[in-house]
Amino acid sequence: MNHLQLIIKREYLNKIRNRSFILMTFLSPIIMVLIFTLVAYLSQLNNESVNAINILDESGLFANSFEDSESVNYTNLENISLNEAKLVTETSEVYGLLYFPKATALDGFSESVIFYSDESPSISMMGSIENEIENRVNILKLEESGIDAKKIKELRINIDAKIETFEGKKTSKLGAGLKLIFGGIAGYLLFMFIIIYGNMIMRSVIEEKTSRIIEVIISSVQPIKLLLGKILGTTLAGVTQFVVWIVIILLLNSVISSIFGIDPSAIQSQPQELLGEISNSQQIITDVLVEINNMPIYNLIVMFIFFFIGGYLLYSSLYAAIGAAVDNETDTQQFMLPILMPLIVGMYVGFFTVIDNPHGIVSQVFSYIPLTSPVVMLMRIPFGVPMWQQILSLIILFATFIGTVWFASKIYRVGILMYGKKASYREIVKWLKY
Amino acid sequence: MNNLLVTNNVSKSFGAFKALNNISIEVPKGSVFGLLGPNGAGKTTLIRIINQITMPDSGSVFLDGKPLHPNDIKNIGYLPEERGLYKSMKVGEQAMYLAQLKGLSKTEAKKRLNYWFDRLGIDGWWNKKIQELSKGMAQKIQFVVTVLHQPKLLIFDEPFSGFDPINANLIKDEILRLKEEGATIIFSTHRMESVEEICDHIALIDKSNKILDGKLIDIKRAYKSNIYKVGISPNNPDTIQEKLKEKFDSVPIYFKSINDEKQYKIKLPDASSKNDLVHYLTSLGQLSHFEEVIPSVSDIFIETIQNN
Repeated sequence: MNHLQLIIKREYLNKIRNRSFILMTFLSPIIMVLIFTLVAYLSQLNNESVNAINILDESGLFANSFEDSESVNYTNLENISLNEAKLVTETSEVYGLLYFPKATALDGFSESVIFYSDESPSISMMGSIENEIENRVNILKLEESGIDAKKIKELRINIDAKIETFEGKKTSKLGAGLKLIFGGIAGYLLFMFIIIYGNMIMRSVIEEKTSRIIEVIISSVQPIKLLLGKILGTTLAGVTQFVVWIVIILLLNSVISSIFGIDPSAIQSQPQELLGEISNSQQIITDVLVEINNMPIYNLIVMFIFFFIGGYLLYSSLYAAIGAAVDNETDTQQFMLPILMPLIVGMYVGFFTVIDNPHGIVSQVFSYIPLTSPVVMLMRIPFGVPMWQQILSLIILFATFIGTVWFASKIYRVGILMYGKKASYREIVKWLKY
Repeated sequence: MNNLLVTNNVSKSFGAFKALNNISIEVPKGSVFGLLGPNGAGKTTLIRIINQITMPDSGSVFLDGKPLHPNDIKNIGYLPEERGLYKSMKVGEQAMYLAQLKGLSKTEAKKRLNYWFDRLGIDGWWNKKIQELSKGMAQKIQFVVTVLHQPKLLIFDEPFSGFDPINANLIKDEILRLKEEGATIIFSTHRMESVEEICDHIALIDKSNKILDGKLIDIKRAYKSNIYKVGISPNNPDTIQEKLKEKFDSVPIYFKSINDEKQYKIKLPDASSKNDLVHYLTSLGQLSHFEEVIPSVSDIFIETIQNN
């Protein structure tokens, strides 16, 4: 076995046998699922509670225009005064009282509606009540001025311009946003991986220094192989942990939902339901499918994998470089966040510039800069980027990774022998020649 | 080519500080070469250059007649002064890892480790973690790992520190045995009595400069000053001192002895008058002790450093 393989193997085994690593591998998905289950359970509880609301309509305009919904039951109170109605509502289990005063004209009516309750009602409940009132008043007003509301509904025209490229590819307005998704996912995954495993790589680079085995190791292997081995070994351990997490989460998810009937993924599905109510959800789904179909999907998936790996390795090598430069772990905390800044910039460039002008100069430049290209280039690809540009960007990315590891290995070899002496630029240049 | 390792005018600076100044040493094949010097003299820097951990600013290093090459790491075994092992790894695993890094195959590494563990009486440790071992125990593992790949050149930096006398002796015997088997050994230490015992050649480095080197015997010969310790039961105790003073440069001293005798330290102008001294002494009384004072490595060390 050559040195690199040996080092990767040692790092990998050393990581996955570590007790706290094993503990976190099995504990964190359990904690995560438990939290999601709890949240799902609580929000379900919340949904199940039905509020009863009394209506006192002295204007006579809203007779039966309020229909019971999933969360609110309406009851019309008749032939009692406001004070009696308040008393009835307050002493019963009923949540609140909606009061419409007598009205002579529709103008100014909207300001006189009052809702009485013990506590302030939720925004969503008030919103739906106000909506109902507005709709009703609108219709009444239209009728008052002699316009048939039904006619208007029939006459309304909905313009939905179709967008098509010169090559004849159909796209929709939805697409532009959708196209950023791959880049966005890559960005968030990178964030997650780097936050979780960057520190681990750094610690593993410091390990030889704290255990004082460094001279033996460095007189046996080249530092660049050592650092590369550490990055790859730790990465493999990270991937292993990630896979275990996903498997455990999926397992627990199905177990919990089958036993308790709670679906943790229900949390995410709620906004979609709302969306579906407002517009035609079927239409959106087909749009999305068409859109994805129109994207260079194989190109994207292959490039997603390469850019993700490249981006992860590059950021890891930055952590390795920090590990190479410092003597102990306490010196490293301050470096954790600044390293992530370019990635954040990449995300912003993606969401604000690429969506405006995918092939503009800013988008182009950031899709070649290795620290941002894993995000920006992935966001640009769905808009059509020539293959040579993608490959050039990848080459830059991987070359920078190797360059960073090489640089880190120089720091590493010299750093241990300097005994805390401050390095001048001339010396750094000299180090690089070693 | 009789020298295994040669350094030619090796210099190394750290910033403004010159750690090594034109150091040239020659380490003969099959010798034990003592690299001596006070703290901070530059010994460790020289050793690191030989191990290619750091590069010399100028000068060159030859191993077996050829310029030092990165592949030579498998020809060198290095036990650094600052010692450590991976704390959370098991002894056997760790030794296997380090042996394989030095280029041994898995089966060969395993075979040799079994041999050495057996030899040093540590075969029960294979599955222990390093953090469970005492310092001395960990040192033994490191010693094994250093010599396991049977390199031509072995470099030991303070090999006995941390060992009790029994284990220090054990390691010393192993070092001498390795020498018998043909290894060349560079030995850096402050413990002069161990230099006395095992080194054939020495080089003394002080303040970045080599101030002395050569065969230990030659150096001792050069440093002896024809001083003799004598013990005598004189025929006439009252006049013995004057009689001696007349002919030789002598002072009364005291050393431990089982005889009831007068004791003197006598300096001769040259080695050839040794017999004259003995004749003269026997004429004055019963000679019970006659010993040439040979300077110890420690004496030479202190003297040269102070004169430098």
